[in-house]
Amino acid sequence: MYSFEYHRAETVEETLKLGSVLEDARFLAGGQSLIPMMKLRFAKADNIIDLRDLDELRGIEVAHDIVSIGAMARHAEVAASPKVQSAIPALAGLAGGIGDPMVRARGTMGGSIANADPAACYPAACLALGATINTTGGDIEADDFFQGVFETALGEGALVTGAEFPVPDAAAYKKFRHPASRFALAGIFVARFGDLVRVGVTGAGRQGAYRWIEAEDALTENFAVNALDGLHADPSQMNSDIHGDEPYRAHLVEVMTRRAVLNASAHCGDE
Amino acid sequence: MTNTLTMTVNGASVTRDVPANTLLVHFLRDSLRLTGTHVGCDTTQCGACTVHLDGSAVKSCTTLAMTCEGSDVTTIEGLASGDTLHPMQEAFRANHGLQCGFCTPGFVMSAIKIVERLGSGFDDTALREELEGNICRCTGYHNIMKSIRAGAEAMTSKQKTSPDNGAE
Repeated sequence: MYSFEYHRAETVEETLKLGSVLEDARFLAGGQSLIPMMKLRFAKADNIIDLRDLDELRGIEVAHDIVSIGAMARHAEVAASPKVQSAIPALAGLAGGIGDPMVRARGTMGGSIANADPAACYPAACLALGATINTTGGDIEADDFFQGVFETALGEGALVTGAEFPVPDAAAYKKFRHPASRFALAGIFVARFGDLVRVGVTGAGRQGAYRWIEAEDALTENFAVNALDGLHADPSQMNSDIHGDEPYRAHLVEVMTRRAVLNASAHCGDE
Repeated sequence: MTNTLTMTVNGASVTRDVPANTLLVHFLRDSLRLTGTHVGCDTTQCGACTVHLDGSAVKSCTTLAMTCEGSDVTTIEGLASGDTLHPMQEAFRANHGLQCGFCTPGFVMSAIKIVERLGSGFDDTALREELEGNICRCTGYHNIMKSIRAGAEAMTSKQKTSPDNGAE
C-alpha cells in the first residue's frame, strides 16, 4: 500500500470540510473494497478520511412504505435488522449474502453504492426497487446514479449519506456466485409494485449494473416465469472475463431472473 | 508520518507509533509481536487473519490499524485463561480440527462468533455458509465442522452453568 495521511471527523459537515481542504483525499467507509484495492496499488490517495465516527449515518428506519438505510449501516446490521427483514426480506437477504461474515461485519451499504463495483449486490436492489440515493449534494434516483463500471453521478467531494428503498409488493434477489470471490457472476433483483415489475441486474453487464427492460415489460404483462419464455439477454451487452464469457453470462441472467421471479411469486401470499 | 495509536488488545491497553497505512494485522504481528494472527492470502479471502474487533469477527488484513483507535481487539492469544484453552480451541484439539494449523487461529476466532450468533443449534448447511470467509487447505473441512459443533456444545453448556466462562 502506498503511504497516506489518516484523518477523521465527528460529523458529516466536518468530514466534508476535511475533504475540501485536503489534496487527493478519499473517504473510507468499511474498507472492504477500498483497502484491498489500495493494497494492490490499484487505488491510491494522499489523504484517507475515515467515516467511522459518523453515527448520524447509521440508522435504519421504515416509514410510509419506505425503508431508509444510513450509508454507514454495515451489511451485517442490514441483514439482521428486523425492520428490513419484515419490510423487504429480499433486501435483508441480499445484505446477508454479501462476501462472508467478516466482510459483512465491516462493509457498509453506502460504500457499496458509492463504489459501484460492477459485481456488487446493492446496485441491483437500488435499480429494481427504484431507490433514491441520498448524497450531500442532493438526492439522486438510482436510475441516474449508476453510470457504469465504478462510475456514479456522485458529485466531486460529496458523500453518500443513505438510500431510500420503496417497499414492493413482492421481491426476490438471486445471485449466481463466483465460486472463489463470491461476487455475483450474475445477480438479479426482481421487484413488483402492483402490476409494475422492475428487474435489476448486477455482475453480468459490460457497463455495470443495469435494468433489463425487456424482462420488466414481459413480467409487467404477466408476473410468471413463463412470461420470460423466448426472451434472451443480449450477449453483446455482457461482461466477459476468465470466469465467464458473454453467452455464459447472458444465460445466467436468463436463468437467475426465472429463479428470482419464481421466488418472488412464492412469497406473494406472505406479504 | 507516524500516528500515535492506542487500543485495547487482549484486555491490555497498548500504545504504539505507526504509519497511517499500517494494517491491523501488521500492528498485531509486527508492533505487538502477537504472531498467532496469520497473513494467508492478503486479499481478504482466506480468513487466517480473523480477530475480534469490538465484538465482531473481522479480517485484520483488511482493516486499518488507525480505524481501531480506542477499540477492543481480541486475538487468538487472548482466548485461553492460563493453561486452560478456550472451549473452541479445546474442541479443535480434541477433534483433529487442524493439520498444518496455519488457518486455525482464524477458524477458531470465526467459530466463536458463529456460536455467539447462532448458539449450538445450527445445521451443516448454515455452518458451511458461516465459514465462507475461512479457507483451509489441509483438512477438507470435515473435522473443522466437527470441532465447531463440539465447541458450540461446550460453549453453550458452559454458559448455562456459569455465565462468566466460555465467552471473552
